[in-house]
Amino acid sequence: MTTASAAGPSATVAPAPAEEPPAEPVRRAGRGPHPLRWAVRIGSLVGALLLWQWLTAADVTLWVRFDRLPTPVAVAEQFGRVARDPVYYQDIAQSLVRILSGFALAAVVGIAAGVAVARSWLLSDVLQPLFEVVRPIPAIALVPVAILLFPRNEEGIVFITFTAAFFPILVSTRHAVRALPTVWEDAVRTMGGGRWRVLSSVVLPGALPGVFGGLSVGMGVSWICVISAEMISGDFGVGYRTWHAYTIVDYPAVLVGMVTIGVLGWGTAAAVELLGRRVTRWLPARQAGGAR
Amino acid sequence: MTLTDATTATTGHRSGLRLRVDRVSLGYGPGEPVVRNLSLDVPPGEVLVVVGASGCGKSTLLRALAGLLPVAAGTVAADGTTITGPSPDRALVFQDDALLSWRTARRNVELPLSIRRVTGADRRRRAEGWLARVGLAGQEHRLPAQLSGGMRQRVQLARTLAGGPRAILMDEPFGALDAQTRAAMQRLLVDVLRSTPATVVFVTHDVDEALFIGDRVAVLGPGGVQTLVDVPQPRDPATRGTPVVRAARGTILAALGADDRSHPC
Repeated sequence: MTTASAAGPSATVAPAPAEEPPAEPVRRAGRGPHPLRWAVRIGSLVGALLLWQWLTAADVTLWVRFDRLPTPVAVAEQFGRVARDPVYYQDIAQSLVRILSGFALAAVVGIAAGVAVARSWLLSDVLQPLFEVVRPIPAIALVPVAILLFPRNEEGIVFITFTAAFFPILVSTRHAVRALPTVWEDAVRTMGGGRWRVLSSVVLPGALPGVFGGLSVGMGVSWICVISAEMISGDFGVGYRTWHAYTIVDYPAVLVGMVTIGVLGWGTAAAVELLGRRVTRWLPARQAGGAR
Repeated sequence: MTLTDATTATTGHRSGLRLRVDRVSLGYGPGEPVVRNLSLDVPPGEVLVVVGASGCGKSTLLRALAGLLPVAAGTVAADGTTITGPSPDRALVFQDDALLSWRTARRNVELPLSIRRVTGADRRRRAEGWLARVGLAGQEHRLPAQLSGGMRQRVQLARTLAGGPRAILMDEPFGALDAQTRAAMQRLLVDVLRSTPATVVFVTHDVDEALFIGDRVAVLGPGGVQTLVDVPQPRDPATRGTPVVRAARGTILAALGADDRSHPC
Protein backbone atom coordinates (compact mmCIF):
# COMPACT_ATOMS: atom_id res chain seq x y z
CA MET A 1 0.00 0.00 0.00
CA THR A 2 3.01 2.25 0.02
CA THR A 3 2.28 3.44 -3.51
CA ALA A 4 -1.39 4.24 -2.93
CA SER A 5 -2.22 7.86 -2.51
CA ALA A 6 -5.52 9.55 -1.81
CA ALA A 7 -5.89 10.44 -5.47
CA GLY A 8 -4.71 7.07 -6.79
CA PRO A 9 -7.10 5.65 -9.35
CA SER A 10 -6.49 2.09 -8.23
CA ALA A 11 -6.26 0.89 -4.71
CA THR A 12 -5.24 -2.59 -5.69
CA VAL A 13 -1.68 -3.77 -5.52
CA ALA A 14 -0.01 -4.74 -8.78
CA PRO A 15 -1.78 -7.74 -10.33
CA ALA A 16 -0.43 -11.13 -9.38
CA PRO A 17 0.75 -13.47 -12.14
CA ALA A 18 -2.13 -14.91 -14.12
CA GLU A 19 -3.86 -17.93 -12.70
CA GLU A 20 -2.16 -20.99 -14.04
CA PRO A 21 -4.41 -23.75 -15.34
CA PRO A 22 -4.60 -26.88 -13.21
CA ALA A 23 -1.45 -28.61 -14.30
CA GLU A 24 -0.52 -32.25 -14.03
CA PRO A 25 2.86 -31.81 -12.41
CA VAL A 26 2.66 -34.94 -10.29
CA ARG A 27 4.37 -38.13 -11.37
CA ARG A 28 2.19 -40.64 -13.05
CA ALA A 29 2.50 -43.96 -11.31
CA GLY A 30 4.08 -46.80 -13.20
CA ARG A 31 5.61 -44.69 -15.93
CA GLY A 32 8.89 -46.36 -16.83
CA PRO A 33 11.73 -45.06 -18.91
CA HIS A 34 11.74 -45.60 -22.64
CA PRO A 35 12.63 -49.19 -23.76
CA LEU A 36 15.65 -47.77 -25.57
CA ARG A 37 17.04 -46.58 -22.27
CA TRP A 38 16.74 -50.09 -20.87
CA ALA A 39 18.66 -51.36 -23.88
CA VAL A 40 21.43 -48.84 -23.15
CA ARG A 41 21.56 -49.90 -19.50
CA ILE A 42 21.84 -53.59 -20.32
CA GLY A 43 24.32 -52.78 -23.08
CA SER A 44 26.49 -50.98 -20.54
CA LEU A 45 26.73 -54.08 -18.34
CA VAL A 46 27.32 -56.41 -21.30
CA GLY A 47 30.00 -54.08 -22.65
CA ALA A 48 31.84 -54.12 -19.33
CA LEU A 49 31.72 -57.92 -19.29
CA LEU A 50 33.05 -58.12 -22.84
CA LEU A 51 35.89 -55.72 -22.00
CA TRP A 52 36.75 -57.81 -18.94
CA GLN A 53 36.71 -60.99 -21.02
CA TRP A 54 39.00 -59.49 -23.66
CA LEU A 55 41.44 -58.01 -21.12
CA THR A 56 41.77 -61.28 -19.21
CA ALA A 57 41.65 -63.72 -22.15
CA ALA A 58 44.28 -61.71 -24.06
CA ASP A 59 46.44 -61.46 -20.87
CA VAL A 60 46.80 -57.70 -21.33
CA THR A 61 49.56 -56.17 -19.21
CA LEU A 62 49.74 -52.40 -19.51
CA TRP A 63 51.28 -51.61 -16.08
CA VAL A 64 47.95 -52.93 -14.71
CA ARG A 65 48.18 -56.70 -15.20
CA PHE A 66 45.13 -58.63 -16.30
CA ASP A 67 46.99 -61.91 -16.93
CA ARG A 68 46.21 -63.37 -13.53
CA LEU A 69 42.67 -62.06 -13.09
CA PRO A 70 40.05 -64.78 -13.70
CA THR A 71 38.04 -64.38 -16.87
CA PRO A 72 34.27 -63.82 -16.62
CA VAL A 73 33.83 -67.29 -18.08
CA ALA A 74 35.90 -68.82 -15.26
CA VAL A 75 33.88 -66.82 -12.74
CA ALA A 76 30.64 -68.01 -14.35
CA GLU A 77 31.81 -71.63 -14.17
CA GLN A 78 32.69 -71.14 -10.51
CA PHE A 79 29.25 -69.59 -9.96
CA GLY A 80 27.70 -72.67 -11.59
CA ARG A 81 29.39 -74.86 -8.98
CA VAL A 82 28.65 -72.51 -6.05
CA ALA A 83 24.99 -72.07 -7.04
CA ARG A 84 24.40 -75.78 -6.44
CA ASP A 85 25.85 -75.53 -2.96
CA PRO A 86 23.30 -74.68 -0.22
CA VAL A 87 26.06 -72.92 1.75
CA TYR A 88 26.02 -70.12 -0.84
CA TYR A 89 22.36 -69.39 -0.09
CA GLN A 90 22.89 -69.69 3.65
CA ASP A 91 25.63 -67.07 3.37
CA ILE A 92 23.37 -64.74 1.42
CA ALA A 93 20.55 -65.22 3.92
CA GLN A 94 22.94 -64.61 6.80
CA SER A 95 24.27 -61.37 5.32
CA LEU A 96 20.76 -60.19 4.44
CA VAL A 97 19.48 -60.83 7.96
CA ARG A 98 22.42 -58.89 9.40
CA ILE A 99 22.08 -55.93 7.07
CA LEU A 100 18.30 -55.73 7.24
CA SER A 101 18.18 -55.87 11.04
CA GLY A 102 20.96 -53.30 11.37
CA PHE A 103 19.40 -51.07 8.76
CA ALA A 104 15.86 -51.34 10.16
CA LEU A 105 17.12 -50.43 13.63
CA ALA A 106 19.10 -47.53 12.19
CA ALA A 107 16.05 -46.30 10.28
CA VAL A 108 13.83 -46.27 13.37
CA VAL A 109 16.41 -44.85 15.77
CA GLY A 110 17.92 -42.48 13.18
CA ILE A 111 14.59 -40.94 12.19
CA ALA A 112 13.50 -40.63 15.83
CA ALA A 113 16.81 -39.05 16.86
CA GLY A 114 16.81 -36.75 13.82
CA VAL A 115 13.32 -35.47 14.63
CA ALA A 116 14.18 -35.10 18.32
CA VAL A 117 17.36 -33.14 17.63
CA ALA A 118 15.62 -30.91 15.09
CA ARG A 119 12.58 -30.18 17.24
CA SER A 120 13.93 -29.84 20.77
CA TRP A 121 16.77 -27.56 21.83
CA LEU A 122 17.26 -29.61 24.99
CA LEU A 123 17.63 -32.93 23.19
CA SER A 124 19.75 -31.19 20.60
CA ASP A 125 22.12 -29.92 23.28
CA VAL A 126 22.25 -33.31 25.00
CA LEU A 127 22.65 -35.52 21.93
CA GLN A 128 24.31 -33.40 19.29
CA PRO A 129 27.80 -33.29 20.89
CA LEU A 130 27.76 -37.09 21.27
CA PHE A 131 26.70 -37.57 17.67
CA GLU A 132 29.32 -35.18 16.36
CA VAL A 133 32.11 -36.95 18.24
CA VAL A 134 31.08 -40.47 17.21
CA ARG A 135 30.14 -39.62 13.63
CA PRO A 136 33.67 -39.28 12.19
CA ILE A 137 34.67 -42.73 13.48
CA PRO A 138 34.33 -45.24 10.64
CA ALA A 139 31.83 -47.87 11.71
CA ILE A 140 34.29 -50.61 10.84
CA ALA A 141 36.73 -49.19 13.39
CA LEU A 142 34.16 -50.17 16.01
CA VAL A 143 34.90 -53.89 15.53
CA PRO A 144 37.06 -54.10 18.68
CA VAL A 145 34.39 -52.28 20.70
CA ALA A 146 31.70 -54.52 19.26
CA ILE A 147 33.67 -57.63 20.22
CA LEU A 148 34.00 -56.33 23.77
CA LEU A 149 30.40 -55.18 24.10
CA PHE A 150 28.40 -58.00 22.60
CA PRO A 151 28.32 -61.60 23.78
CA ARG A 152 27.99 -62.94 20.25
CA ASN A 153 29.63 -62.11 16.98
CA GLU A 154 26.24 -61.81 15.31
CA GLU A 155 25.09 -58.89 17.44
CA GLY A 156 28.42 -57.15 16.98
CA ILE A 157 28.05 -57.24 13.20
CA VAL A 158 24.47 -55.94 13.40
CA PHE A 159 25.70 -53.19 15.72
CA ILE A 160 28.35 -52.10 13.22
CA THR A 161 25.83 -52.11 10.38
CA PHE A 162 23.46 -50.10 12.53
CA THR A 163 26.09 -47.49 13.36
CA ALA A 164 27.06 -47.15 9.71
CA ALA A 165 23.49 -46.48 8.54
CA PHE A 166 22.47 -44.43 11.59
CA PHE A 167 24.39 -41.23 10.86
CA PRO A 168 23.32 -40.55 7.28
CA ILE A 169 19.71 -41.19 8.31
CA LEU A 170 20.04 -38.96 11.38
CA VAL A 171 21.65 -36.08 9.52
CA SER A 172 19.25 -36.08 6.59
CA THR A 173 16.22 -36.36 8.88
CA ARG A 174 17.47 -33.45 10.96
CA HIS A 175 17.94 -31.28 7.89
CA ALA A 176 14.60 -32.26 6.38
CA VAL A 177 12.72 -31.48 9.60
CA ARG A 178 14.49 -28.15 10.05
CA ALA A 179 13.71 -27.16 6.46
CA LEU A 180 9.94 -27.70 6.82
CA PRO A 181 7.92 -24.52 6.19
CA THR A 182 6.40 -23.29 9.44
CA VAL A 183 3.06 -22.56 7.77
CA TRP A 184 2.05 -26.25 7.90
CA GLU A 185 2.71 -26.49 11.60
CA ASP A 186 0.95 -23.16 12.26
CA ALA A 187 -2.06 -24.37 10.28
CA VAL A 188 -2.35 -27.62 12.24
CA ARG A 189 -1.86 -25.86 15.57
CA THR A 190 -4.61 -23.33 14.83
CA MET A 191 -6.90 -26.28 14.04
CA GLY A 192 -6.31 -27.45 17.58
CA GLY A 193 -3.66 -30.03 16.76
CA GLY A 194 -1.19 -30.77 19.56
CA ARG A 195 2.43 -31.89 19.56
CA TRP A 196 1.70 -35.45 18.43
CA ARG A 197 -0.67 -34.34 15.72
CA VAL A 198 1.95 -31.93 14.37
CA LEU A 199 4.49 -34.76 14.46
CA SER A 200 2.33 -37.33 12.72
CA SER A 201 0.51 -35.07 10.25
CA VAL A 202 3.20 -32.53 9.38
CA VAL A 203 6.72 -33.35 10.50
CA LEU A 204 6.99 -37.01 9.50
CA PRO A 205 5.19 -36.89 6.13
CA GLY A 206 6.77 -33.53 5.25
CA ALA A 207 10.28 -34.74 6.03
CA LEU A 208 9.92 -38.06 4.19
CA PRO A 209 11.53 -36.96 0.89
CA GLY A 210 14.66 -35.88 2.77
CA VAL A 211 14.58 -38.92 5.03
CA PHE A 212 14.63 -41.22 2.02
CA GLY A 213 17.80 -39.53 0.80
CA GLY A 214 19.39 -40.58 4.09
CA LEU A 215 17.96 -44.09 3.86
CA SER A 216 19.51 -44.55 0.40
CA VAL A 217 22.94 -43.44 1.59
CA GLY A 218 22.51 -45.49 4.78
CA MET A 219 21.77 -48.65 2.83
CA GLY A 220 24.93 -48.15 0.79
CA VAL A 221 27.24 -47.75 3.79
CA SER A 222 25.46 -50.62 5.55
CA TRP A 223 26.67 -52.98 2.84
CA ILE A 224 30.21 -51.70 3.04
CA CYS A 225 30.23 -52.27 6.77
CA VAL A 226 28.44 -55.60 6.95
CA ILE A 227 30.84 -57.09 4.38
CA SER A 228 33.90 -55.61 6.08
CA ALA A 229 32.72 -56.79 9.48
CA GLU A 230 32.12 -60.28 8.13
CA MET A 231 35.59 -60.31 6.60
CA ILE A 232 37.15 -59.36 9.92
CA SER A 233 35.10 -61.28 12.43
CA GLY A 234 32.46 -63.38 10.71
CA ASP A 235 32.15 -67.12 10.44
CA PHE A 236 29.35 -67.03 7.87
CA GLY A 237 28.06 -64.61 5.32
CA VAL A 238 29.03 -63.39 1.87
CA GLY A 239 31.85 -61.21 3.21
CA TYR A 240 33.36 -64.05 5.24
CA ARG A 241 33.09 -66.49 2.29
CA THR A 242 34.74 -64.02 -0.07
CA TRP A 243 37.62 -63.43 2.32
CA HIS A 244 37.93 -67.16 2.96
CA ALA A 245 38.21 -67.78 -0.80
CA TYR A 246 41.04 -65.24 -0.91
CA THR A 247 42.93 -66.99 1.91
CA ILE A 248 42.85 -70.24 -0.07
CA VAL A 249 43.80 -68.36 -3.27
CA ASP A 250 40.55 -69.25 -5.07
CA TYR A 251 40.25 -66.10 -7.17
CA PRO A 252 37.19 -67.12 -9.21
CA ALA A 253 35.35 -67.67 -5.90
CA VAL A 254 36.50 -64.25 -4.66
CA LEU A 255 34.98 -62.68 -7.76
CA VAL A 256 31.76 -64.69 -7.37
CA GLY A 257 31.54 -63.19 -3.85
CA MET A 258 32.17 -59.70 -5.14
CA VAL A 259 29.56 -59.94 -7.87
CA THR A 260 27.10 -61.36 -5.34
CA ILE A 261 27.68 -58.36 -3.05
CA GLY A 262 27.21 -56.02 -5.98
CA VAL A 263 23.93 -57.57 -7.03
CA LEU A 264 22.57 -57.72 -3.47
CA GLY A 265 23.55 -54.09 -2.86
CA TRP A 266 21.88 -53.02 -6.07
CA GLY A 267 18.72 -54.91 -5.14
CA THR A 268 18.40 -53.40 -1.66
CA ALA A 269 19.18 -49.90 -2.95
CA ALA A 270 16.50 -50.31 -5.61
CA ALA A 271 14.03 -51.48 -2.94
CA VAL A 272 14.68 -48.35 -0.85
CA GLU A 273 14.40 -46.18 -3.95
CA LEU A 274 11.13 -47.80 -5.01
CA LEU A 275 9.60 -47.47 -1.55
CA GLY A 276 10.74 -43.84 -1.43
CA ARG A 277 9.07 -43.04 -4.73
CA ARG A 278 5.93 -44.75 -3.59
CA VAL A 279 5.52 -42.77 -0.38
CA THR A 280 6.56 -39.43 -1.89
CA ARG A 281 4.40 -39.68 -4.98
CA TRP A 282 2.90 -36.28 -4.11
CA LEU A 283 6.17 -34.52 -4.91
CA PRO A 284 6.05 -32.44 -8.08
CA ALA A 285 7.73 -34.21 -10.99
CA ARG A 286 11.38 -33.46 -11.57
CA GLN A 287 12.32 -31.69 -14.77
CA ALA A 288 11.10 -33.79 -17.66
CA GLY A 289 13.72 -36.25 -18.89
CA GLY A 290 15.74 -36.01 -15.69
CA ALA A 291 17.62 -39.03 -14.39
CA ARG A 292 15.45 -41.52 -12.59
CA MET B 1 -28.81 -31.15 2.48
CA THR B 2 -25.46 -32.55 3.38
CA LEU B 3 -24.22 -29.06 3.65
CA THR B 4 -26.73 -27.81 6.19
CA ASP B 5 -26.02 -30.92 8.23
CA ALA B 6 -22.33 -30.24 8.05
CA THR B 7 -22.78 -26.61 8.97
CA THR B 8 -24.94 -27.24 12.00
CA ALA B 9 -22.92 -30.23 13.06
CA THR B 10 -19.65 -28.35 13.07
CA THR B 11 -20.66 -24.84 13.99
CA GLY B 12 -23.71 -25.80 16.01
CA HIS B 13 -25.46 -22.83 17.48
CA ARG B 14 -22.21 -21.36 18.64
CA SER B 15 -21.73 -17.66 18.30
CA GLY B 16 -18.76 -15.71 17.07
CA LEU B 17 -15.99 -14.75 19.46
CA ARG B 18 -15.53 -11.27 20.80
CA LEU B 19 -11.90 -10.40 20.20
CA ARG B 20 -10.30 -7.69 22.27
CA VAL B 21 -6.82 -6.29 21.80
CA ASP B 22 -5.81 -4.03 24.65
CA ARG B 23 -2.72 -1.77 24.49
CA VAL B 24 -0.72 -4.56 22.90
CA SER B 25 2.91 -4.49 21.79
CA LEU B 26 4.11 -7.24 19.51
CA GLY B 27 7.44 -8.22 18.09
CA TYR B 28 9.77 -11.06 17.26
CA GLY B 29 12.53 -11.43 19.78
CA PRO B 30 14.28 -8.51 21.48
CA GLY B 31 14.39 -5.10 19.83
CA GLU B 32 11.83 -2.68 18.50
CA PRO B 33 8.32 -4.14 18.58
CA VAL B 34 6.52 -4.30 15.23
CA VAL B 35 3.24 -3.25 16.81
CA ARG B 36 3.04 -0.84 19.72
CA ASN B 37 0.15 0.12 21.98
CA LEU B 38 -2.56 -1.28 19.72
CA SER B 39 -6.16 -1.50 20.89
CA LEU B 40 -9.07 -3.02 19.00
CA ASP B 41 -12.45 -4.45 19.86
CA VAL B 42 -14.14 -6.83 17.46
CA PRO B 43 -17.74 -7.67 18.45
CA PRO B 44 -19.01 -11.21 17.80
CA GLY B 45 -19.89 -11.90 14.19
CA GLU B 46 -18.28 -8.76 12.82
CA VAL B 47 -16.06 -8.78 9.75
CA LEU B 48 -13.21 -6.43 10.55
CA VAL B 49 -10.76 -5.70 7.75
CA VAL B 50 -7.29 -4.50 8.68
CA VAL B 51 -5.34 -2.50 6.11
CA GLY B 52 -2.03 -0.71 6.42
CA ALA B 53 1.39 -0.36 4.87
CA SER B 54 3.68 -3.38 4.71
CA GLY B 55 5.58 -3.81 7.93
CA CYS B 56 2.89 -2.25 10.11
CA GLY B 57 2.31 -5.57 11.79
CA LYS B 58 -0.97 -6.70 10.26
CA SER B 59 0.15 -10.33 10.04
CA THR B 60 1.82 -10.06 13.43
CA LEU B 61 -1.50 -8.97 14.91
CA LEU B 62 -3.23 -12.00 13.36
CA ARG B 63 -0.58 -14.35 14.74
CA ALA B 64 -1.15 -12.91 18.19
CA LEU B 65 -4.92 -13.36 17.85
CA ALA B 66 -4.33 -16.94 16.68
CA GLY B 67 -2.22 -17.56 19.76
CA LEU B 68 0.92 -18.35 17.77
CA LEU B 69 2.80 -15.29 18.99
CA PRO B 70 2.90 -14.22 22.65
CA VAL B 71 2.35 -10.51 23.25
CA ALA B 72 5.25 -8.41 24.52
CA ALA B 73 2.90 -6.14 26.46
CA GLY B 74 -0.85 -5.69 26.92
CA THR B 75 -3.48 -8.39 26.52
CA VAL B 76 -5.27 -10.18 23.71
CA ALA B 77 -8.52 -11.81 24.75
CA ALA B 78 -11.25 -13.91 23.18
CA ASP B 79 -14.63 -13.68 24.93
CA GLY B 80 -12.91 -12.17 27.93
CA THR B 81 -10.35 -14.96 28.29
CA THR B 82 -6.72 -14.04 27.70
CA ILE B 83 -5.28 -15.81 24.67
CA THR B 84 -2.23 -17.87 25.62
CA GLY B 85 -2.01 -20.36 22.78
CA PRO B 86 -3.68 -21.62 19.62
CA SER B 87 -7.22 -22.98 19.74
CA PRO B 88 -9.50 -24.59 17.16
CA ASP B 89 -11.92 -21.75 17.95
CA ARG B 90 -9.59 -19.32 16.19
CA ALA B 91 -8.62 -20.52 12.72
CA LEU B 92 -5.89 -18.87 10.67
CA VAL B 93 -6.09 -18.70 6.86
CA PHE B 94 -2.80 -18.16 5.07
CA GLN B 95 -1.90 -16.52 1.78
CA ASP B 96 -0.74 -19.67 0.03
CA ASP B 97 0.90 -23.06 0.42
CA ALA B 98 -0.78 -23.85 3.70
CA LEU B 99 -2.32 -27.06 2.37
CA LEU B 100 -0.41 -30.22 3.20
CA SER B 101 1.09 -31.14 -0.18
CA TRP B 102 0.84 -34.89 0.37
CA ARG B 103 -2.86 -34.85 1.16
CA THR B 104 -5.59 -34.65 -1.45
CA ALA B 105 -8.09 -31.80 -1.30
CA ARG B 106 -10.53 -34.00 0.63
CA ARG B 107 -7.91 -35.25 3.07
CA ASN B 108 -6.84 -31.66 3.72
CA VAL B 109 -10.40 -30.69 4.57
CA GLU B 110 -10.69 -33.79 6.76
CA LEU B 111 -7.71 -32.70 8.86
CA PRO B 112 -9.52 -30.37 11.30
CA LEU B 113 -12.32 -32.94 11.52
CA SER B 114 -9.97 -35.74 12.47
CA ILE B 115 -8.34 -33.47 15.05
CA ARG B 116 -11.84 -33.09 16.47
CA ARG B 117 -12.15 -36.88 16.38
CA VAL B 118 -14.81 -37.02 13.68
CA THR B 119 -14.21 -40.38 12.01
CA GLY B 120 -15.02 -42.56 9.04
CA ALA B 121 -17.89 -41.95 6.66
CA ASP B 122 -19.13 -38.95 8.62
CA ARG B 123 -15.81 -37.17 8.28
CA ARG B 124 -15.64 -37.92 4.60
CA ARG B 125 -19.18 -36.77 3.97
CA ARG B 126 -18.64 -33.48 5.78
CA ALA B 127 -15.37 -32.80 3.96
CA GLU B 128 -17.04 -33.46 0.63
CA GLY B 129 -19.91 -31.18 1.66
CA TRP B 130 -17.54 -28.32 2.38
CA LEU B 131 -15.64 -28.84 -0.86
CA ALA B 132 -18.92 -28.73 -2.76
CA ARG B 133 -19.79 -25.55 -0.86
CA VAL B 134 -16.70 -23.79 -2.22
CA GLY B 135 -17.37 -25.10 -5.73
CA LEU B 136 -14.88 -27.94 -5.81
CA ALA B 137 -17.17 -30.94 -6.13
CA GLY B 138 -15.39 -33.56 -8.22
CA GLN B 139 -11.91 -32.26 -7.34
CA GLU B 140 -11.66 -34.16 -4.05
CA HIS B 141 -8.87 -36.45 -5.19
CA ARG B 142 -6.54 -33.80 -6.52
CA LEU B 143 -3.33 -32.95 -4.74
CA PRO B 144 -2.60 -29.26 -4.02
CA ALA B 145 0.05 -29.24 -6.77
CA GLN B 146 -2.65 -30.28 -9.25
CA LEU B 147 -4.88 -27.32 -8.35
CA SER B 148 -4.63 -23.68 -9.41
CA GLY B 149 -3.88 -20.99 -6.83
CA GLY B 150 -7.55 -20.00 -6.60
CA MET B 151 -8.64 -23.61 -6.14
CA ARG B 152 -6.06 -24.11 -3.41
CA GLN B 153 -7.48 -21.11 -1.55
CA ARG B 154 -10.96 -22.57 -1.94
CA VAL B 155 -9.71 -25.78 -0.36
CA GLN B 156 -8.14 -23.78 2.44
CA LEU B 157 -11.43 -21.97 3.00
CA ALA B 158 -13.28 -25.30 3.10
CA ARG B 159 -10.71 -26.71 5.51
CA THR B 160 -11.06 -23.69 7.78
CA LEU B 161 -14.86 -23.78 7.81
CA ALA B 162 -14.92 -27.55 8.36
CA GLY B 163 -13.25 -26.99 11.73
CA GLY B 164 -16.21 -24.85 12.81
CA PRO B 165 -14.14 -21.96 14.21
CA ARG B 166 -15.75 -19.11 16.12
CA ALA B 167 -13.24 -16.67 14.72
CA ILE B 168 -11.55 -16.75 11.33
CA LEU B 169 -8.29 -14.84 10.95
CA MET B 170 -7.41 -14.30 7.31
CA ASP B 171 -3.93 -13.16 6.33
CA GLU B 172 -4.15 -11.72 2.80
CA PRO B 173 -5.83 -14.92 1.64
CA PHE B 174 -6.33 -13.65 -1.91
CA GLY B 175 -3.06 -11.72 -2.15
CA ALA B 176 -1.42 -14.19 -4.53
CA LEU B 177 -4.36 -14.42 -6.94
CA ASP B 178 -4.98 -12.58 -10.19
CA ALA B 179 -7.68 -9.91 -10.29
CA GLN B 180 -10.42 -12.09 -11.76
CA THR B 181 -9.89 -15.04 -9.43
CA ARG B 182 -9.63 -12.64 -6.54
CA ALA B 183 -13.01 -11.07 -7.34
CA ALA B 184 -14.60 -14.52 -7.58
CA MET B 185 -13.04 -15.52 -4.25
CA GLN B 186 -14.31 -12.34 -2.60
CA ARG B 187 -17.86 -13.15 -3.72
CA LEU B 188 -17.48 -16.73 -2.53
CA LEU B 189 -16.17 -15.60 0.85
CA VAL B 190 -19.01 -13.13 1.37
CA ASP B 191 -21.41 -15.91 0.42
CA VAL B 192 -20.02 -18.59 2.78
CA LEU B 193 -19.61 -16.17 5.66
CA ARG B 194 -23.39 -15.75 5.66
CA SER B 195 -23.76 -19.32 6.91
CA THR B 196 -21.33 -19.00 9.79
CA PRO B 197 -21.63 -16.87 12.92
CA ALA B 198 -17.85 -16.58 13.17
CA THR B 199 -16.10 -13.29 13.80
CA VAL B 200 -13.67 -12.48 10.97
CA VAL B 201 -10.48 -10.46 11.00
CA PHE B 202 -9.31 -10.04 7.43
CA VAL B 203 -5.95 -8.52 6.52
CA THR B 204 -5.47 -7.07 3.05
CA HIS B 205 -3.56 -4.52 0.99
CA ASP B 206 -6.55 -3.89 -1.21
CA VAL B 207 -8.89 -1.08 -0.16
CA ASP B 208 -11.67 -2.15 -2.55
CA GLU B 209 -11.49 -5.67 -1.17
CA ALA B 210 -11.71 -4.22 2.34
CA LEU B 211 -14.83 -2.23 1.43
CA PHE B 212 -16.46 -5.19 -0.27
CA ILE B 213 -15.91 -7.69 2.54
CA GLY B 214 -15.86 -5.78 5.82
CA ASP B 215 -18.30 -4.31 8.30
CA ARG B 216 -15.53 -2.03 9.49
CA VAL B 217 -12.09 -1.20 8.16
CA ALA B 218 -9.20 -0.47 10.51
CA VAL B 219 -6.19 1.37 9.12
CA LEU B 220 -3.10 0.30 10.99
CA GLY B 221 -0.27 2.78 11.44
CA PRO B 222 2.87 2.93 13.52
CA GLY B 223 0.94 4.29 16.48
CA GLY B 224 -1.73 1.58 16.48
CA VAL B 225 -5.11 1.92 14.79
CA GLN B 226 -4.97 5.13 12.74
CA THR B 227 -8.57 5.26 11.58
CA LEU B 228 -11.67 3.06 11.93
CA VAL B 229 -14.18 3.35 9.12
CA ASP B 230 -17.68 1.87 9.20
CA VAL B 231 -18.58 0.43 5.82
CA PRO B 232 -21.98 1.70 4.70
CA GLN B 233 -24.31 -1.22 3.89
CA PRO B 234 -21.65 -3.91 4.14
CA ARG B 235 -21.44 -6.65 1.48
CA ASP B 236 -24.14 -5.16 -0.69
CA PRO B 237 -22.85 -5.20 -4.29
CA ALA B 238 -25.39 -2.52 -5.21
CA THR B 239 -23.53 0.07 -3.14
CA ARG B 240 -20.32 -0.31 -5.14
CA GLY B 241 -19.21 3.07 -6.40
CA THR B 242 -21.98 5.04 -4.63
CA PRO B 243 -20.98 8.36 -3.00
CA VAL B 244 -21.09 6.98 0.56
CA VAL B 245 -18.74 4.14 -0.31
CA ARG B 246 -16.50 6.49 -2.27
CA ALA B 247 -16.34 8.71 0.78
CA ALA B 248 -15.35 5.76 3.00
CA ARG B 249 -12.74 4.78 0.42
CA GLY B 250 -11.39 8.31 0.43
CA THR B 251 -11.10 8.30 4.21
CA ILE B 252 -9.18 5.02 4.19
CA LEU B 253 -6.85 6.07 1.41
CA ALA B 254 -6.24 9.39 3.13
CA ALA B 255 -5.31 7.58 6.34
CA LEU B 256 -2.98 5.27 4.42
CA GLY B 257 -1.47 8.14 2.48
CA ALA B 258 -0.90 10.30 5.56
CA ASP B 259 0.85 7.35 7.03
CA ASP B 260 3.16 7.02 4.05
CA ARG B 261 4.32 10.60 4.19
CA SER B 262 4.90 11.06 7.88
CA HIS B 263 6.27 7.79 9.21
CA PRO B 264 6.40 4.77 6.97
CA CYS B 265 6.31 1.64 9.02
